[in-house]
Amino acid sequence: MKRQKPRLLLTTSPFIKSREDTAFMMWQVNYALLPVVLASIYFFGISAILIMLVSIIGVVVPEWMYSKRKGTPVNTVRDGSALVTALLFALTLPPGIPLWMAFVGALVAVLLGKLIFGGLGYNPFNPALVGRAFLQAAFPVAMTTWSPYGNLSNFFEIRGANFAIPFLKAKVDAVTMATPLAQLKFDHQLTRLSDLLLGSTAGSLGETPAILILLAGVYLALRKVINWRIPVGIFLSVYLTALVLHWLHPERVPDPVFHLFAGGLMLGAVFMATDPVTSPITQRGVWIFSAGIGFLVVIIRVYGGLPEGVMYAILLMNALTPLINQVAQPPIYGMRRKEAREKKRNAS
Amino acid sequence: MAFTLLKELKHLTEIKEVKTFKHGIHPNDYKHYTKDLPIERMPFVDEYVLPLSQHAGAPSKPIVKPGDYVYRGQLIAEPAAFVSAALHAPVTGWVKAIEPREHPGGKISEAIVIERDPHSPQTLLNEHPIDWENLRPKEILEIIRLGGFVGLGGAAFPTHVKYAVPEGKHAKYFFVNAAECEPFLTTDYRIMLERYDSIFLGIRIILKLLGSEKAFIGTETNKWDAIELLRSLKPDDIPVEIIPLETKYPQGAEKMLIEAVVHREVPSGRLPIDVEVVVNNVGTVAAIGDIFQYNQPLIERVVTVTGPGIRRPANLLVPIGTPLTAIIEYCGGMTDNVRQVLFGGPMMGIPQRTLDVPILKGTSGVLFLTDYEVVPRQEYPCVHCMKCVDACPMYLNPSLLGMLARVRRYEDMLEHHVMDCIECGSCSYVCPSNIPLVQRFRVAKTLLREQMARERAKEKKA
Repeated sequence: MKRQKPRLLLTTSPFIKSREDTAFMMWQVNYALLPVVLASIYFFGISAILIMLVSIIGVVVPEWMYSKRKGTPVNTVRDGSALVTALLFALTLPPGIPLWMAFVGALVAVLLGKLIFGGLGYNPFNPALVGRAFLQAAFPVAMTTWSPYGNLSNFFEIRGANFAIPFLKAKVDAVTMATPLAQLKFDHQLTRLSDLLLGSTAGSLGETPAILILLAGVYLALRKVINWRIPVGIFLSVYLTALVLHWLHPERVPDPVFHLFAGGLMLGAVFMATDPVTSPITQRGVWIFSAGIGFLVVIIRVYGGLPEGVMYAILLMNALTPLINQVAQPPIYGMRRKEAREKKRNAS
Repeated sequence: MAFTLLKELKHLTEIKEVKTFKHGIHPNDYKHYTKDLPIERMPFVDEYVLPLSQHAGAPSKPIVKPGDYVYRGQLIAEPAAFVSAALHAPVTGWVKAIEPREHPGGKISEAIVIERDPHSPQTLLNEHPIDWENLRPKEILEIIRLGGFVGLGGAAFPTHVKYAVPEGKHAKYFFVNAAECEPFLTTDYRIMLERYDSIFLGIRIILKLLGSEKAFIGTETNKWDAIELLRSLKPDDIPVEIIPLETKYPQGAEKMLIEAVVHREVPSGRLPIDVEVVVNNVGTVAAIGDIFQYNQPLIERVVTVTGPGIRRPANLLVPIGTPLTAIIEYCGGMTDNVRQVLFGGPMMGIPQRTLDVPILKGTSGVLFLTDYEVVPRQEYPCVHCMKCVDACPMYLNPSLLGMLARVRRYEDMLEHHVMDCIECGSCSYVCPSNIPLVQRFRVAKTLLREQMARERAKEKKA
């Protein structure tokens, strides 16, 4: 008998593997962002498209050059993680922002937010928010000038000063409109909940259709791409904090439900706080993390100088994540019961 | 999506009685290859190879010489220490040689080679039932020790060592482990369906030996018909309960099984007996039933031959020492695209570098994987997604351990309990970044163990 002699591969167990890899997860996030992106285009027309394109170029080109240069086979462009950063960054911008600012912000997001730390997996802060924080500090006026929302009828209308020339004061007398949070803070006007849900308010590109973001979040949670505990924890924490403050001074703090749906909370809670790289690694830690974000959001909104606080809340909790990881490690098997832990303590 | 929801709903209706541990993973179970195939006895072949080391502990000591004529079931090697096992001739024939042969563990080791006598009827040496009811526990234990029993689930730990309960300890519960959480394998499942009488007899004897209060047979819900069968056939006079367990890997790990059923945790570095439990694989229990029924020591076992790379998958009853090449031939040969041959399941099995290896006592299955399953995957940086943390049944932090292992900070890994890792591979399975986590932990554990041994030796000297 002629014996078959196959070339046998020697590796160590396990030999089967889940097919859900990083690229799968990142593309899932991109797919989930699609409805939000489309809604943003519906409300802000061609401006939304332009800002997103500029952001994508600003993020993807450096990422692509970095992968090439580093010579790693890990390609953050092909696996979709660069696109996630680019889209999320774009969605945090006001529709009327000059395009060159968006480009600079995108470069900061990817270079100072991510690549300087070693690329995917090593960044301590959410890159998209790093880019936005930079713009907020550098160009506070442009970052707080909000154009009114539109619909398909004024699709081709350029909002605000998209084509302003770099470093020159843009001379535009565009129509502006306050965001619901600004209206509350400065004019003491409360926006209707239905407007918040459907997105018919002024705000960042992605700050508008709360219900769509919520649905995308449900999809991602079911697919186990994001940890459902993070958004749920944030919502609970925002609700409870706002409830307490509402009870303390009802004239300044509206009904807690308003805080849930206003501003960038939905986008932040579903897409940004859930970034695995910058959120804690244990379930206990995740609860601490999300409770902290929710608390900070409301505190900044109510007592801070700015009407919105989601960005700083997430960045601050990102900074705390390594610490949370240290304290929130659950006891290992064999140590979970109290008696076992006490025994160990007595022994040592 | 709708399908998983339906499955989830069906699961909810059963959940009241289904038990499990925390964390773990849900790989596809791939049991359809051999699930419905009855155990078939493979015809005898010409040569059998019995490595002296096919169990945990010291290798057995041969008591035969080349040229000796041995009978099927005759003792050919004695346990060389307390933690060791006896070895018996699986066929009647001549001892051809005692020489180094390929061992499925990956090295070459000493083995007794037996050539079958083609004219022998291959009946058992001295076949008769043993009147165990009139034996004292000590005598029962000695029969089991000389019967060469080891754990048939894969780890091959000598069974009599587990039953020799140390002074001051008591085995309140006896567990029959039939979880069979490894994908592909159907050995335990077929044994439950076909050899229930041996299982119940084995339980009866072991309960008497250990003086336990209660026996549990734990099996996963993907073997529901076995659960129902055992429940309907269960004798009323022994305290045995059949426990359905959630189909989840690594449900069959000793510690997870104990956690699921009696909610006790084996302390770090200790044994199940420290929480008043003894656990045995269902195949071992059935084999113990057999020795008291027929005086048949451990000379054969059921092996699942399966996977996309074998032409005719089967559940085979083979003598210990059957060459793998003979099994492949009997099962219609391999497909052309075979890339990996494993002894055991896909999660914890041992890869083979050659086909010239024999079946051991601990070989629960032979799995043939093809190019399609064996895909090289690009390793990505850890993105801290916590999938591994949520999978680890020991509640370790594989992500952190993986980062420490990558830069070889083994001593820091010690602080993060790497030695408690049971090497189930759940972390590597789920990792979306394809990081070889458990593989690196194994290296770390080996190096740490060596280092600790060296330090102990130094202390002794000083």
